[in-house]
Amino acid sequence: MAKLVRTEEETMLAEMARGFLDDAAPVGHLRKLRDAGEIHDPVLWTQMVAMGWAGILIPEDAGGSDMGFSAACVLAQEMGKTLATSPFLSTAVIAATALRQAGATLAMRAIASGQSIYALAIDEHAKFAPENTQLMATADGNGFQLNGHKAFVVDGGLADRVLVLARTDGGLTLFDIAANSAGLTTTQNNMIDSRNAAALSFDNVAATGDDIVGTINDAMSVLQPALAAGQAALAAETIGLATAAMDMTVSYLKERSQFGVKISSFQALQHRAAHLWCETEVTTSAVLNAGRALDENPCDATLAVSLAKARAIRTAKLAVVEGVQMHGGIGMTDEFDMGFYMKRARVAAEWLGDYGYHAEQIARLRGF
Amino acid sequence: MLDITDPNAFRSAIRMWLDDNCPVEMRDGQNTPDHICWGGKNWAYESDAQQIWLERASALGLTVPTWPREYGGAGLERTREKIYREELARINARLPLQSFGIWMLGPALLNFGTHEQKETYLPPIARGEIRWCQGYSEPGAGSDLASVQTKCEDMGDHWLVNGQKIWTSYADKADAIFALVRTDKDAPKHKGISFLLIDMAAKGVSTKPIRLISGSSPFCETFFDDVKVPKGHVVGDVNRGWDVAKYLLTHEREMISGGGTGVSGGRALGAVIADAYPDGLTDTSLRAQAMDAEIDALAISLTIDRYKDQSLTGQGTGHASAMLKYMGTELNKTRHELIMSANGSDALDWDAGLAAPWLRTKANSIEGGTSEVMLGIIARRVLDLK
Ligand SMILES: Cc1cc2nc3c(=O)[nH]c(=O)nc-3n(C[C@H](O)[C@H](O)[C@H](O)COP(=O)(O)OP(=O)(O)OC[C@H]3O[C@@H](n4cnc5c(N)ncnc54)[C@H](O)[C@@H]3O)c2cc1C
Repeated sequence: MAKLVRTEEETMLAEMARGFLDDAAPVGHLRKLRDAGEIHDPVLWTQMVAMGWAGILIPEDAGGSDMGFSAACVLAQEMGKTLATSPFLSTAVIAATALRQAGATLAMRAIASGQSIYALAIDEHAKFAPENTQLMATADGNGFQLNGHKAFVVDGGLADRVLVLARTDGGLTLFDIAANSAGLTTTQNNMIDSRNAAALSFDNVAATGDDIVGTINDAMSVLQPALAAGQAALAAETIGLATAAMDMTVSYLKERSQFGVKISSFQALQHRAAHLWCETEVTTSAVLNAGRALDENPCDATLAVSLAKARAIRTAKLAVVEGVQMHGGIGMTDEFDMGFYMKRARVAAEWLGDYGYHAEQIARLRGF
Repeated sequence: MLDITDPNAFRSAIRMWLDDNCPVEMRDGQNTPDHICWGGKNWAYESDAQQIWLERASALGLTVPTWPREYGGAGLERTREKIYREELARINARLPLQSFGIWMLGPALLNFGTHEQKETYLPPIARGEIRWCQGYSEPGAGSDLASVQTKCEDMGDHWLVNGQKIWTSYADKADAIFALVRTDKDAPKHKGISFLLIDMAAKGVSTKPIRLISGSSPFCETFFDDVKVPKGHVVGDVNRGWDVAKYLLTHEREMISGGGTGVSGGRALGAVIADAYPDGLTDTSLRAQAMDAEIDALAISLTIDRYKDQSLTGQGTGHASAMLKYMGTELNKTRHELIMSANGSDALDWDAGLAAPWLRTKANSIEGGTSEVMLGIIARRVLDLK
């Protein structure tokens, strides 16, 4: 397998992304959107599309830049550092991978060109459990009628297309439908991380055989790699936010004085910060490895991906909890950015499978 | 074989060589202290197979694969070394030889020794003809290692050493000791230390074993009473031994941390624990804890790989050894707690063989620099907290 070190191209990509995001989407940008009651910045997304980010996992003949999963993780990690918000994960990573598995060139082209924004409608309850999907797609003449509900549809309020997982006669099927289909009602959630997620209710929503992504009753062969890609990218975003929160905290230790000395001289805090650094180093390895494993074979990367996701969840939780604690009162204020990191870490911990879900995958593969 | 540079061809050659040369008895994956081949003047081989394996491997320099050939190594760079180790692991082979000479003194000599010192000391280490021990700690100098007091006076044609070391692992079995001694008592504490090689058979050296909580007594108090040491036995410059000492410690820490994951060398924790529950792991609390430990083990083992890959590409690894030492040893303690717990009262009988390793792991986060000392190094050197 490729080395667990960033290649020159990856390093350049990260630097380029960092330069762009520091400028165009620092944490203050998310704060501004929140204060204005906005859930999406179309201008920012258009710029990302122009840089080829929307097509990062799409083949060149479908208009993409086809840079691979490790590269997508590099971008996600940088986005995590500044909490940049965009439909990158739902559209450019998850939907693009599913559509690519299905060979849906036109749909991919629409993503790469920025014409379509996708959301994945998969959860139905408070926990990620794709196998338990209840939303029904009943055969109706040449097509299907979709009935049921979906919860926690990330970017559901801004997407114009929805990938929806439904139960069909002989298994699970993935449909690609318009967000404004008749009978589909979208209710925005008021999310703690100031991003968008929605509840979707399906009341006799019509779909045709052409809307199926991949084959009927076999959603998982296109969805499983797409989920893995999303989970890896989300893990990358999460370690990005964890290291940013840690950096803020370490800087603050060097600024703040109490008892006539810098608080960085207190060994209790030094050791906690050092422990946090160790955790971020270890998780960084798992995240790099997940990208490499996906690049090798997106259909056989479960162990690597779940490991990255599980580690990232734990490390980010530690980073934000320690982040607030070591800042004292100021860490609790809305004016200070740490709260944004804490809230995003919580949302990222639930999306696409929580710690228990991924630990269970690992346990299964490691002979428990 | 060692001249094959193409990785795939090298892998096939090594594979064939191992097929022909690694005795079947040595393919049981037993790398625990009891089964290690430590070598040395008085070494009693566990079996003929152990001796044959050492002789065959050392003839090609494969006991110390990365050392230069002129000093008894195989001259492999990291990529081929990794292949060699993977092939050893594939057939579950024991390492032909392990020793403080290989882990610690060798790297220090390669970096700081004179050509003559390398020629004198490295090949016997590679062939397992000499066993070294480490004389760093003293009763008054543990974590604060630079405060060592063992006195070393310049007598013109030799050094005269007086003092005491403690916690010297295997001092009673070793042929020689590398020790930190004070050659200038008036200089600031880091600037008056020298790194000295002493023959354990020299007049005035004596040892007294100390019994450990695990029942065995692999470490000792070591006494130096007017011990004469030849002038050429200082490694590095006189009074600059601290540089050598620190360099050696990074190698020691990497070695100690590797045992922690149980991924590279051993079976998955889940599998080990499942053995104790033939009808399925019904204890959900234990299972959850074991899952956490397994996750950490996998991720730490990837980190070891990542740091190796980094050094292959010439990128600095910063204070990787302190990090890995801390994370790896804390994890190893957790692993053994879980194994004890999984085996319940069966594990409480010494003869079950689980208690001694469980107790032994408690030393991992003390020896070679404690966890707290590692965190201090990271806080200062990586995070610049002071
Ligand atoms: C099994 C085993 C084998 C060993 N083998 C060898 C050997 O072969 N050769 C050799 O030279 N030595 C050996 N040692 C010694 C080992 O290196 C020392 O035990 C170790 O460096 C700690 O020193 P100490 O025991 O004096 O503990 P101390 O330094 O007294 O530490 C006591 C406690 O105080 C903490 N502490 C100390 N300083 C600080 C600080 N600045 N900040 C926060 N906490 C601190 C420590 O972390 C520890 O918890 C061995 C030890 C063991 C357990």
